[in-house]
Amino acid sequence: MDSQQAAALLQRLLQGEFPDARGRFGPFGGRYAPETLMPALERLEAGVRSCLGDAQFAAELGRELRDWVGRPTPLTPVRHLGRSWGAEVYLKREDLAHTGAHKINNALGQALLARRLGAARVIAETGAGQHGVATAAACARVGLPCTVYMGAVDVKRQAPNVERMHQLGARVVPVESGDRTLRAAIDEAFRDWVADPEGAYYLLGSAVGPHPYPWLVRELQSVIGREARAQFIELTGGLPDIAVACVGGGSNAIGLFHPFLADAAVKLMGVEAGGRGSGLGEHSATIGRGKPGVLHGSYSLLLQDGDGQVQETHSVSAGLDYPGVGPEHALLQAIGRVDYVSATDDEALDALRECCAAEGILPALESSHALAGARRWAREHPGRRILVGLSGRGDKDMPTLSQAIPGAATPSHH
Amino acid sequence: MAQIQPHERVTAAIRNAANSHGIALIPFVTAGYPERSAFIPTLRALAEVADVIEVGVPFSDPMADGVTIQRASRAAIASGVSLRWILAELQKAGELPAPVVLMSYLNPLLALGGERLADAARAAHVGGFIVPDLPLEEAGDLGMHLDARGLGLVQLVTPATPEARVRRLCAASRGFVYAVTSRGVTGGARALPADVPAYLDRVRALSPLPVCAGFGVRSAEQVRALGGHADGVIVGSALVEELEARRDPVAFLEALRSRRH
Repeated sequence: MDSQQAAALLQRLLQGEFPDARGRFGPFGGRYAPETLMPALERLEAGVRSCLGDAQFAAELGRELRDWVGRPTPLTPVRHLGRSWGAEVYLKREDLAHTGAHKINNALGQALLARRLGAARVIAETGAGQHGVATAAACARVGLPCTVYMGAVDVKRQAPNVERMHQLGARVVPVESGDRTLRAAIDEAFRDWVADPEGAYYLLGSAVGPHPYPWLVRELQSVIGREARAQFIELTGGLPDIAVACVGGGSNAIGLFHPFLADAAVKLMGVEAGGRGSGLGEHSATIGRGKPGVLHGSYSLLLQDGDGQVQETHSVSAGLDYPGVGPEHALLQAIGRVDYVSATDDEALDALRECCAAEGILPALESSHALAGARRWAREHPGRRILVGLSGRGDKDMPTLSQAIPGAATPSHH
Repeated sequence: MAQIQPHERVTAAIRNAANSHGIALIPFVTAGYPERSAFIPTLRALAEVADVIEVGVPFSDPMADGVTIQRASRAAIASGVSLRWILAELQKAGELPAPVVLMSYLNPLLALGGERLADAARAAHVGGFIVPDLPLEEAGDLGMHLDARGLGLVQLVTPATPEARVRRLCAASRGFVYAVTSRGVTGGARALPADVPAYLDRVRALSPLPVCAGFGVRSAEQVRALGGHADGVIVGSALVEELEARRDPVAFLEALRSRRH
């Protein structure tokens, strides 16, 4: 893509033309779904259109975000981290939202939508379990039964979240097919929906999937960036030099980035999971190493082999362990508005340890990738103002952390 | 005399079968499953009984398929089956007595590229494609390349498809129209739901092409019940289960047709 084309696409994006009528973000996106789901997706699209423009829906969502989720979440200046990185650092604290991550913004909005559309039940997929917990909680709040599909590998490594979902009244179905992580859980949730397109509402948790999901999820998550932008101005009198978020499917990143897209002076950086190496299957760096293709309903970047088979991925963080990425991120990369980099498992673990010790905040392993990417950038660009999207808290990662960080499981005595 | 196009050969095979013995039998097999070496011999054997053969291209994320075809796909990929391999084997085998259509999710087709795919498929005597995650709205590019080489892109309709959309899908389809008879993923239903015959009659009234019923067909009773309401019947998961159990798929197919004259 030449720079003129890129500039034209950015202009259209800023004017709100994406997704277009076909659900496209430039060349990416669309609706690649089985025929069985087409009427349901059309109903959903009409529902999204009517809700997003409806003052009554916006008022109810706004009230629930304030009274039940606890928004706005704080913007925390972190001076010890800042000193260590040689920068001024601010964290957007989605870890303090109800249920402990940004996922609740989307889950609540879609649960309200599901009720309005007359759904009999809600189905969802989950990777780290945060979206499952958020959906279980939101469904309990709005009064809808909820089934959550979760890869068997993730059920094991995110055990605390499985128990939380049970307590919140959700049925959790471990998925033994495919790679037994997030991707297999999405396959299985789609299968359930294909079997019951009229009764079930599929509450997709990331900015992926067939149109209108990437759009719907972006709209519901943009509250992160809107709040952060206003808080940053209030606190510092200006805008950050860079905003950094981790990217798996990309929902917290698109939510943080979107309100900053028009601020040309604000650099945006997405951090993918570099895992334990650069070979296929060793990482989840879809934008860095993927090629265009279709998975789970949209045309985007994808980790695949030369025959178009989707590759298995690895990341220490279950929430980033996914071979695809939202189509709007594919566009943002193609036009150069967002830089996408990666952080390895070890870098993320190191950033997590540093954040715990320096600031008394235990970030999720996903969010720790954003911290690791931000720290690297800070050291290359000293003295800047950095906004980091702290997408969730790390309590759910204790089983992984006790294994990965020696001594983490042993209480220390002072 | 101009040769008929590959998609027309598929249509003709179904029409002829429907006329001569009531309903066309269309077995589905996952390519190269359970053994790669048995791929072409299995197709040859099936072609003696079948009217059209649907060959499944294995994909890592078969989101419209049930557990049987998921398992078969995974095993086939692990043994090295790919779209390129399938097309090469079919080309070597030459034209079979029953026309072959390929069932593939979109991504393996995209990886090969529309134009190369159409050329290679034509050379491999393929009559057309069924692509379960490619709705009509997104079919433009691939449809154009296939059309240019005389290959069909089979459209699917479901019981939930509104009538205006059924009309559009039937008009756009090539080869035949694939009528999904049950909600849900492949391999689910045991009995035909009572409203299936009326649904098929409705689709047939709107379709210029033969209408074939699929998803969940596994007994001679079901095949008989579909007679007079569909031009063909697709037998998928039930047949793959036979292959999985290392039983003879031809005998199974013959049994489906038995007791009908």
